[in-house]
Amino acid sequence: MRYHKPTSFTDASAIAAAAPGTLRFLAGGTDVLVQMRAGMVQPDDLIDLKHIPDVGEIRQTADGGWRIGIAVPGVVLGAHEGLKRDWPGVVEGMNLVGSTQVQGRATLAGNLCNGSPAADSVPGMIAAGARVEVTGPKGSREIAVEQIPAGPGKTNLTKGELISAILLPPRGKNGGDAYLRFIPRTEMDIAVVGCAVNLRLDVDKIIEARVALGAVAPTVILSEAAARAIIGTTLDASALQALTSAAEAGAKPISDKRGTAEFRTEVVGVLARRAAKIAYDRAKGQGK
Amino acid sequence: MTKIHVTTTVNGDPAEFLADPRETLLDALRDQLGLTGTKEGCGTGDCGACSVIVDGVLVCSCLMLAAEAEGKTVETIEGMAGEELHPLQRQFIEHAALQCGFCTPGILVAAKALLERNPDPTDTEIRYWLAGNLCRCTGYDKIIRAVQDAAAEMRGAA
Repeated sequence: MRYHKPTSFTDASAIAAAAPGTLRFLAGGTDVLVQMRAGMVQPDDLIDLKHIPDVGEIRQTADGGWRIGIAVPGVVLGAHEGLKRDWPGVVEGMNLVGSTQVQGRATLAGNLCNGSPAADSVPGMIAAGARVEVTGPKGSREIAVEQIPAGPGKTNLTKGELISAILLPPRGKNGGDAYLRFIPRTEMDIAVVGCAVNLRLDVDKIIEARVALGAVAPTVILSEAAARAIIGTTLDASALQALTSAAEAGAKPISDKRGTAEFRTEVVGVLARRAAKIAYDRAKGQGK
Repeated sequence: MTKIHVTTTVNGDPAEFLADPRETLLDALRDQLGLTGTKEGCGTGDCGACSVIVDGVLVCSCLMLAAEAEGKTVETIEGMAGEELHPLQRQFIEHAALQCGFCTPGILVAAKALLERNPDPTDTEIRYWLAGNLCRCTGYDKIIRAVQDAAAEMRGAA
């Protein structure tokens, strides 16, 4: 295995584009090293991205959004007051990944590129309308987070392409987001179901919303029907019922050792309701 | 296969070794530097027995390549006691917060990292912080009490 330490994303992309065999990028390594040890993946080339300038930085952009480096670990996100104020749902999703030790290394970009439909940080990013900067042989481009996952363990990135930054939009006024997941214990488990809701209010009425569902389809999905169910409402009982039905209808889960399809369908509706209420309260400036 | 020359600082002392590109920090600590206090449990980041502190951050040394330690500062269980045992080590003995002891180095390192950022943690905070450190002997209660008492002692001493 060749271990590379490029100092720019352009160089990283060139190494990746020229790699003849199995290639992996290394940021936090909490998935890659496990796969290597298990023998699932034996990279011929491993590209460590942590020597590229600014990959460990979180910066506010000129428009009030955030640019998060691809090697920023969960522990740094969780300690960042500005990010927690603007996008608490994104931060709480990432902070649910693994243990304290894993939080010391694991990254948003890695969680996204690992391609798990149960990835805890991904619904929050999709609900937030996050985008990623992708650097490839033809230069860099921005795409929406929901366009990255292609299926379990797979992304839509092509040979030589890699994520070079996570971009969160400006929070703006009267907005709130939240992420909830169901696991059968309190900590250290993989989501059976996850749901993130991001919304904006005009006084009491929801004027924008995005709802993302996790672990109920081959990828995390953005449910436009679930968002439509609450836009224009004050999140009253009938809106919550419509949201529940839309989330259930949007779920296309499988049955596996973590839960049956029927159970997942029921739980996704419950989580959508609860996450929407938390996001609504946050948008009103109440509760954390 | 080309080896990678790694220069790092372990428990305050400079250390260097030649690492296989696939070698984990855990393997380098144990096999190259002879620091066998750091244990390998699962090798996949689930059990916490290999916990070390790298540049002030608690990590699993099995989930980090030795090559990634270049230029970093690593703290292991061997660096914990000075002339005398660290209060955490002493309280673990007082409370009998171990039986087989295999998980203990990782738990001590993790607990030290906790108390450095939170000198007065609640029971719940300790349990969540140590959720990635598995102990199959004690049932955890004695560990939690030992950490509480060490924290109290360290607050008093400060």
